Amino acid sequence: MATWFRRTRAVSHHLRRNDKCPSSSSSPRAILDLQGASAPVMQPPMSVRIRRATDGISPARLPIFSAKRFESTRAEKHLQLLQEAEAVEDDLDDDNDDDDDAQVLDFPGGKVAFTSKMQFISESSEKRVPCYRVLDDYGQPIEYDCSAQVNEELAVKMYTDMVTLQIMDAIFYEAQRQGRISFYLTSMGEEAINIASAAALTDDDVVLPQYREHGVLLWRGFTLQEFANQCFGNKVDYGKGRQMPIHYGSNKHNYFTVSSPIATQLPQAVGAAYSLKMDKRSACVAAYFGDGGTSEGDFHAGLNFAAVMEAPVIFICRNNGWAISTHIREQFRSDGIVVRGQAYGIRSIRVDGNDALAVYSAVREAREMAIKDQKPILIEVLTYRVGHHSTSDDSTKYRPMDEIEYWKMSRNPVNRFRKWVERNMWWDDKREAELRNNIRTQVLQAIQTAEKYEKPPLSELFRDVYETPPSNLHEQESQLRETIKRHPKDYPLDVPV
Amino acid sequence: MFGVVRQKVSAGGSPLTILGQTLPFLRAVASPLRSYSSAAKEMTVRDALNSALDEEMSADPRVFLMGEEVGEYQGAYKISKGLLDKYGPDRVLDTPITEAGFTGIGVGAAYHGLKPVVEFMTFNFSMQAIDHIINSAAKSNYMSAGQLSVPIVFRGPNGAAAGVGAQHSQCYAAWYASCPGLKVLAPYSSEDARGLLKAAIRDPDPVVFLENELLYGESFPVSAEVLDSSFCLPIGKAKIEKEGKDVTITAFSKMVGLALQAADILAKEGINAEVINLRSIRPLDRATINASVRKTNRLVTVEEGFPQHGIGAEICTSVVEESFGYLDAPVERIAGADVPMPYAANLERTAVPQVEDIVRAAKRACYRSMPMAAAA
Repeated sequence: MATWFRRTRAVSHHLRRNDKCPSSSSSPRAILDLQGASAPVMQPPMSVRIRRATDGISPARLPIFSAKRFESTRAEKHLQLLQEAEAVEDDLDDDNDDDDDAQVLDFPGGKVAFTSKMQFISESSEKRVPCYRVLDDYGQPIEYDCSAQVNEELAVKMYTDMVTLQIMDAIFYEAQRQGRISFYLTSMGEEAINIASAAALTDDDVVLPQYREHGVLLWRGFTLQEFANQCFGNKVDYGKGRQMPIHYGSNKHNYFTVSSPIATQLPQAVGAAYSLKMDKRSACVAAYFGDGGTSEGDFHAGLNFAAVMEAPVIFICRNNGWAISTHIREQFRSDGIVVRGQAYGIRSIRVDGNDALAVYSAVREAREMAIKDQKPILIEVLTYRVGHHSTSDDSTKYRPMDEIEYWKMSRNPVNRFRKWVERNMWWDDKREAELRNNIRTQVLQAIQTAEKYEKPPLSELFRDVYETPPSNLHEQESQLRETIKRHPKDYPLDVPV
Repeated sequence: MFGVVRQKVSAGGSPLTILGQTLPFLRAVASPLRSYSSAAKEMTVRDALNSALDEEMSADPRVFLMGEEVGEYQGAYKISKGLLDKYGPDRVLDTPITEAGFTGIGVGAAYHGLKPVVEFMTFNFSMQAIDHIINSAAKSNYMSAGQLSVPIVFRGPNGAAAGVGAQHSQCYAAWYASCPGLKVLAPYSSEDARGLLKAAIRDPDPVVFLENELLYGESFPVSAEVLDSSFCLPIGKAKIEKEGKDVTITAFSKMVGLALQAADILAKEGINAEVINLRSIRPLDRATINASVRKTNRLVTVEEGFPQHGIGAEICTSVVEESFGYLDAPVERIAGADVPMPYAANLERTAVPQVEDIVRAAKRACYRSMPMAAAA
């Protein structure tokens, strides 16, 4: 303690010599506060300017009052933080007389009270973080009537899109089972998350999905035909037949192309948000991911970085209980994802993901905070993955049938929202039957049309590897065409050349 | 040359001061080999990179630099010196220690229209970010059918330094050059550094820019044309550093210097070697290489990296495919030892190609040496 004191005196001596220090105008503060005794006048260490350390010495070995920090904007922020911490210390000072243990230490990162009682923070709090919901299981508003926030037009669009998503998923899934497409995965049980979150965003907000958020793209105007084209990889697919089904992407709708590796979109979302921030746009980024994705290193890097860079990203975690066959108990031991937000310095909320209105209002609020305050927000939406992970999975092998049935029937988000919409006299059985019939016909039609389209031409094999095709690809393409001409029987007729 | 460095290191000097002492020696050896039209000024590779970054950031507000220690510390190797002061923390970002994190952020920013330059403290650490480089940066333009382009540059020191061990010494040229969608560049001189970095930043595709730590302090003459801010070198073109007619020696990065020294020694023994500085690993300038081999009929490939599936293997196959009839001798391949880089000075020296290795290989190709077993 005494040596610390001596060093601080040396610093203050330096400081008084250097009158370019901006905080010389601020009032003197005591750094160490032992039982109320005051220390000599001293500025926070960061503002000292001394001779520059030589190149080649690692920052870890520089003295804490490192040179030129003072000049950078970063150092000014440090200064601010320290001054704010001093204000905190003032409050702590008041408690000092009551509690002998509330004393204050100065470390990088700010002032922190210390205690002589050794106490470990429990690995879990007694009560789990509560979950925000607006409608009960029967579609009744719990606290207040939210039709002011969600008017008839919006509610009906949300409901019809949820039904469309449900039907589209069911029929495409069947198409895969019939061998017409190679792969599909559904968002069954997560219709509210998909549609309501999309409804709360604007078209200017950039979406980076994982792969179970095609409802967001549907909301933004991607047509059933366009979905089908991608699944069949035909020549009018915007993806030019490059990707497996459900890997949709659309610049027009600000929906970045789906990428299979898990959670890679999280740091990428921060980068995109940084670009928005530099352009000073009034828009944010929405990055979606599942409970399983939070185990990836990219989750940590993305959230940590978003907080440090103060990037306007909404991180939306669909905690649906399962990552293929890995239950969340085997994925993490924390109280879900919401508790991790604070660990990164990110504001967070837990929402009932099967309640369309709760999801809508939470995402809307998060969006405003993200843009106004230029900071990331974490939303954990709790739900259940009713469908199998994908067409390559049979989830009855690792979870009970009756659990799946329960969630499908009793906790169905579409039915729940329908009850609220009907209660407001904005929907009825007749319109329901019409809608379902209509959508079904359209989806089947889209599939038939997509199937009949030709596949992409051979030239698409070599395009877009680079912006301009390099000479070696030109050569390879002409060699291939040459070979096809010479050996036509080796090449299928349905591949346009 | 390495022998000199080793002795001084074992005498207890630090690598940086050793470099300062060996540089004049290197410069004395290197300068007579240059053949520039007007070699007025000299510039270190470090300054060349710094000036290229500065000029490109000044010309295009979308270009920004990101990496560990690039800002306040002026760059781990001082490549980004002065840039934070000039452009501010919005354009020069000091990142937390997460290669995966900042590479992902760079890719995301590129998706949305910015032009990031991502610095890895060494390319060995890029392994922690390789998914973002390969699965996102390299493949996105293709997989999104042109909707997501990635105009990003990944740069940093690559290959062996001096006495830093296995996890700081690997050459990643072959790793990245095998992946379609990426462009891979390896500058040697200051002219290369300036021209290729500017080309990389302006290029709309993801570029892996492999520098070399030991070259940073080396000085090369630069003409007025090179110093001009619009100077740019084409990607995919190799440079013939020294013309010759007896044997072709291909090399990139630091090995170009060794190849030129070897050519000097060979000249004294009557072998006129042609030295090709590849400059671009992907796309590889097969045309220049093959034209040279058709002229000399003999080929020695030199690289620092591991031999298996390396750059030399690719060049050899290209020549066999296109110019087999012109070869008068088997292709000689000089590469680093097939072991993780050891630390001990004597072991390190044996694990990296030396000038003598190149000389002996060229002689073997010219049938001017003893049978293989005795010469190895």
